[in-house]
Amino acid sequence: MRSQFYILLFLICPNVLSLEAKVIEVGPQKRILSIKEALLLAKPHDTILVHSGHYKEGNIRITQALTIIGKDYPILDGLNQVEIMTVLANDVTIKGFVFQNTGVSSMEDLAAIKANNAKRLLVTENRFIDSFFGIYFSHCKNSRIIANNLKASAKEEHRIGNGIHMWQSDSILVSKNEISGHRDGIYFEFVTHSVIEYNKSYKNLRYGLHFMFSHNDEYRYNHFSQNGAGVAVMYTQGVKMFNNVFEENWGDSAYGLLLKDIRDSEVVNNQFLKNSIAIYMEGSSRISFRKNTFRENGYGIRLQASCDENDFVQNNFQLNTFDMATNGNLVLNTINSNFWDRYEGYDLNKDGIGDVAYRPVSLYSMVVERVPGAMLLWRSFLVFLIDKAEKALPVVTPENLKDDRPSMKPYDFTQQSK
Amino acid sequence: MARIIKYVFYDLLRTRFLLFYTLFLFVSTFALFQLDSDPNKVILSLMNIVLMVMPLISVVFATIHFYNSYEFIELMLAQPINRKVVFLSEYAGVALSLTSGFLIGVGVPILFYGAGHSAVMLLLVGTLLTIVFVSLAFLSSVLTRDKAKAIGIALLFWFYFSLIYDGLLLWIIYSFSDYPLEKVTLALVSLNPVDLGRIMMLLTLDVSALMGYTGAFYREFFGSYIGLLFSVGVLMLWIVIPTVLSVSIFSRKDL
Repeated sequence: MRSQFYILLFLICPNVLSLEAKVIEVGPQKRILSIKEALLLAKPHDTILVHSGHYKEGNIRITQALTIIGKDYPILDGLNQVEIMTVLANDVTIKGFVFQNTGVSSMEDLAAIKANNAKRLLVTENRFIDSFFGIYFSHCKNSRIIANNLKASAKEEHRIGNGIHMWQSDSILVSKNEISGHRDGIYFEFVTHSVIEYNKSYKNLRYGLHFMFSHNDEYRYNHFSQNGAGVAVMYTQGVKMFNNVFEENWGDSAYGLLLKDIRDSEVVNNQFLKNSIAIYMEGSSRISFRKNTFRENGYGIRLQASCDENDFVQNNFQLNTFDMATNGNLVLNTINSNFWDRYEGYDLNKDGIGDVAYRPVSLYSMVVERVPGAMLLWRSFLVFLIDKAEKALPVVTPENLKDDRPSMKPYDFTQQSK
Repeated sequence: MARIIKYVFYDLLRTRFLLFYTLFLFVSTFALFQLDSDPNKVILSLMNIVLMVMPLISVVFATIHFYNSYEFIELMLAQPINRKVVFLSEYAGVALSLTSGFLIGVGVPILFYGAGHSAVMLLLVGTLLTIVFVSLAFLSSVLTRDKAKAIGIALLFWFYFSLIYDGLLLWIIYSFSDYPLEKVTLALVSLNPVDLGRIMMLLTLDVSALMGYTGAFYREFFGSYIGLLFSVGVLMLWIVIPTVLSVSIFSRKDL
């Protein structure tokens, strides 16, 4: 019996030892003073606990699965020269650090955290101050970026990189991050099956969100505001955008949401507030726009004639200068059951649906589309008369671009969005 | 001079038109604020009143008033008083009463609901436009002896500035759209007080970003103090030039 127990113990022990990961502590008052030293001592799946302090260690390369945790926000300083952390292994967790002053280079994309060819990474609760690129993933999979704060204060676009930059990755979760002052807040290229939710991206020099060739991604509850040129997304299919807010992207070429060559997508329950152009669409097909609110925008939707088979159903259009503008007469999109605050029709049978069709494109918006300078006469009596005459007898505006079942009352989306 | 202005003012009060005018503005402004929770939209609606209705009322009312008080003017001129003084007092009386009617009718509700920058601009533009159109009305009154004809001319002024001129401007913008027109349109806009007032208003209401490059140019120009001084100065010229013209015609006129 006893010998059997010893045998059992002998069998179990080595396994237990190898499973129990070591914790290596690093800090100014500890035996190990630098993170690089700790990395040399560490075995896979160990934890490195870094105590608060100011670490100037140049480029830190992580080549094995490790959990690196900062206690009380230790500062990793790149001294404006290097890339701070380079991750080249799977299963790495980085938590609780302050990354500041990465190098700035026009040859290389220096980042605060760069990961290459890795799986199951977790970057969470870090702060990034004046990074060139903040978090840079390429060829990564099944990774998470949660609750980080990225702040930069560059003045010129070419002196700054993107906040969260992803290239050729798959199944990434980007959640609850706050990004400001970068070139693009969130930048995706060839990133698929990813979820982007609860992020705040504001006051970035170029776009709040910018992606290309990133199929089947989902964007939920994000807030994009006051970005230099708003949000621009291109060449992608299967995009789902739910419950996002696009706000105050105001300027000569700023768009709440610019859709270029987007296909088979859904844009539902979003709010577009105070943008120069809430949605600008070009070459996009089969997108369903439902339950969105367009409020106080310059243009609600600028629909180029190259778009087809898009559905605009049950949206609210309120207080926009122009509800819709287009540049051609051929209309291949459906517009139905929206609420338009400019609608002047009646509802005889009281079913909440207007009995006369509403034409969201005004003649003058067509004129302005052709000659932008004509905006000079906006809100003059002449323009008012022209628009009225055109409404009564459409000649120039596209005949088929109309809402046959306009809602008499604005929809209330507040319940669904909460 | 002050005494004649006083008499003109009393005379205007007695017709009760001024009271109705003030009341109309007051009630409509209040109603707009009541109906709409968004002050910016109210200012936009008020802008339509200020740019369309008020010049029309000012120009027609001032012309009619001038002919109605023709006998009074003749009586005054029988006294040893300078023609210029009589004319200017008549002018000042009408302008002052219409302006105060506007300021009370629109200004009080605005103060009550406390709107910002754009509201101040609205009051400024409204006041200046009222006086501009009173000047134009007096000019049309001294141009002819016939009351109907004068009202016709006054209406033509209004029609020209709020409709015909914009049509021409639109035509110019459209046909020369390939050329940089910013400075040209700026000059052309200065030739129309209504357009100038409208653009001053539009830029405070931030539609400027929609105007593309032209908008950026205008915003830069009108956004500065020099731009504001320029536009107010031009509107002043629109007040002074017709008045000086009509004074000189009136002093030489065979009544």
